[in-house]
Amino acid sequence: MTTTKTKWTKKDLLGLKDLSREEILLILDTAKGFCEISKRPIKKVPALRGRTVVNLFLEPSTRTRVSFELAEKRLSADNLTFSGTSSSSLAKGETLKDMARNIEAMNVDLIVMRHTSSGAPHRLARYLRPGIVNAGDGINEHPTQALLDMFTIREKKKKIEGLKVSFIGDILHSRVARSNIWGLTKLGAEVTVCGPKTLLPVDIESLGVRVTYDVDRAIEGADAITLLRIQLERQKESFFPSLREYMQTFGITRERLERAKRDVIIMHPGPINRGVELADDVADGEYSVILDQVTNGVAVRMAVLYLLSGARS
Amino acid sequence: MSILIKNVKVVGSPGISEKDKLSVLIENGIIAEIAKSVSAKAKESIDGEGLFLIPGLVDLHAHFREPGFENKETVETGAHAALHGGYVACMTMPNTNPPCDNASVVQNILEKASKIPFYLFPCGTISKQREGKELAEMAELKRAGCRAVSDDGDYVEDALLTRHAMEYVSMLDLLYISHAEDRALSRNGVMNEGKVSTRLGLRGIPNMAEAVAVARDLTLAEFTGARLHIAHVSTREAVSLIRAAKRKGVKVTAEVTPHHLIFTDEALTAYDTNFKVNPPLRQEEDIKSLREGLLDGTIDCIATDHAPHREEEKDLDFEEAPFGTTGLETAFSAVLTELYHKRKALSLADIVRLMSRRPAELLGAAEFGLIKKGIEANVALVDLAKEWTVKKDYFQSRSKNSCFIGQNLKGQVVLTISKGKVWKFV
Repeated sequence: MTTTKTKWTKKDLLGLKDLSREEILLILDTAKGFCEISKRPIKKVPALRGRTVVNLFLEPSTRTRVSFELAEKRLSADNLTFSGTSSSSLAKGETLKDMARNIEAMNVDLIVMRHTSSGAPHRLARYLRPGIVNAGDGINEHPTQALLDMFTIREKKKKIEGLKVSFIGDILHSRVARSNIWGLTKLGAEVTVCGPKTLLPVDIESLGVRVTYDVDRAIEGADAITLLRIQLERQKESFFPSLREYMQTFGITRERLERAKRDVIIMHPGPINRGVELADDVADGEYSVILDQVTNGVAVRMAVLYLLSGARS
Repeated sequence: MSILIKNVKVVGSPGISEKDKLSVLIENGIIAEIAKSVSAKAKESIDGEGLFLIPGLVDLHAHFREPGFENKETVETGAHAALHGGYVACMTMPNTNPPCDNASVVQNILEKASKIPFYLFPCGTISKQREGKELAEMAELKRAGCRAVSDDGDYVEDALLTRHAMEYVSMLDLLYISHAEDRALSRNGVMNEGKVSTRLGLRGIPNMAEAVAVARDLTLAEFTGARLHIAHVSTREAVSLIRAAKRKGVKVTAEVTPHHLIFTDEALTAYDTNFKVNPPLRQEEDIKSLREGLLDGTIDCIATDHAPHREEEKDLDFEEAPFGTTGLETAFSAVLTELYHKRKALSLADIVRLMSRRPAELLGAAEFGLIKKGIEANVALVDLAKEWTVKKDYFQSRSKNSCFIGQNLKGQVVLTISKGKVWKFV
């Protein structure tokens, strides 16, 4: 693995769509250095001392929010989290611009933002001086999740270029899949997406991925497989007939995994629907790196906050 | 009161060459003389050197928001916006609050409009409360002054209600305007479904949502004999369906907006909500079809779908912000820039036909859309060469949500004369 000489210059991290290959590698390389901090008895470095980070979570989140909060604390930033839902007064009625101005008026350095609406952080970033980290916008992007996925793949496989990575499940509503597609294709991986036709975005091939509706083909030869959460609501919206049929047709079981490479890794951004997109024994089995992803998430987020904060000083 | 416009070229006047420099005398609101030289003295003299006099524009699709949403637009501010853009007559859509589904709302709107030298044609609803459940009292709407009905903003989903509505309007000789959008297919969508929506992670409204709705309404119009008008056509599929129906003799007409003729969904890349419109901005192939449709007569006219919204509403996040762009003040310049100057697809006479004469015919208002001696002076003086950049402070509309803000346009309306009164906004 080479260490890039790129310097981070961007004010915000809005998505992997806007990043260069070098910028992505810079984040991944930086994250490597931060992994070790979380293993120390005293899990803290002074990198962001005196900086204020606000976590603005306008859509329910546990995993991502906690991961960001820990990353901020381990960097010694002053942080606070504002959680609300899209039905709170903040999202309904108050304009993004007003919201932005209020936060800006409190002299915040960085804002980590999750929003139900695609593009919300992009618009906020245009109004605001503080740096924005997109922690998930609608069905658009979830860049830190994709970065931690790529970090995990790189950790396990020592490279990304030339690897075959498959995404199986609800691609249409998945910001995780979108960010991963942008990132992985930039780093030279061969990406396959698989799911019911109803849950694949129109013209997804235009993003440079292979499409298959046959889960066995998505598994065969893959170096890494990411499963995406299937929500029960989608059944009511007529995207598929039943969870039962979904599991039978697209769910990952041990038997199906027989076709996979022996060193395949199984990933999931969580929360897992056990028995729907993957069987229990797969989620907890030897191929699963799902908990490594969670561990790596903190380091990757530390790297992102560190780089963005450095670009500001 | 008399006005003399000198040295002007006149377009849209039967028997008069566009090449001649003429003098046009307006006396007491009536075009009194069109001649090489007019000896009469006028109170007001306008030098038309280098300019064209065209019939005042007529819009079949505007939202003036009154009653109910006066913070977005009123009859007065809407009329001023229209006059600023060269329009002398607009049909206003009935999705007000209360909706224009009964005579008293029609009368209320007409009374407000009567104070302004401008022509306003209120469009009534098809169904009571625009709910798509029961027919509105369309005979009474007609008696109150409506010439068309529409549930604009919504498609009438119930096919039986639509059948009955079409039978009823054909009896009354009202124009049935269809907002052709299958709501089940467009549900949750905020932009065109395609490559760009996939790239932006925004939910899509597929072409099929329009195509399916147009196909059903064309079928019902064929059976019932109703005069059907398809509002704001945006897809190549709808264009070919309408073309085929016209060949079969279905009494169908159609309109397209300037923004659908000019912008593709690529305009949404920065999540700018001024480009969030319904139907959504489509793809290059659709624009191509729409232009072909305009040229071969499949699409009858250009309408603005002037849809004012408050800045604070448009400043919401992309999914929550309302659909719509204003259009009355930019339509002429935008069409001229794109289709006359840039693509050389339309002549000024074509533009007059598409933005004035033909919409006037569809309204059953033959007094508009032409310039001739003896009729009321409803005209616009235009400068084809003027280059300008659209800025927020340009608008007379109460709302500034224009997708043309920041665009460089070529050609501008200098002034509008409506009912003989000169409107010049500085």
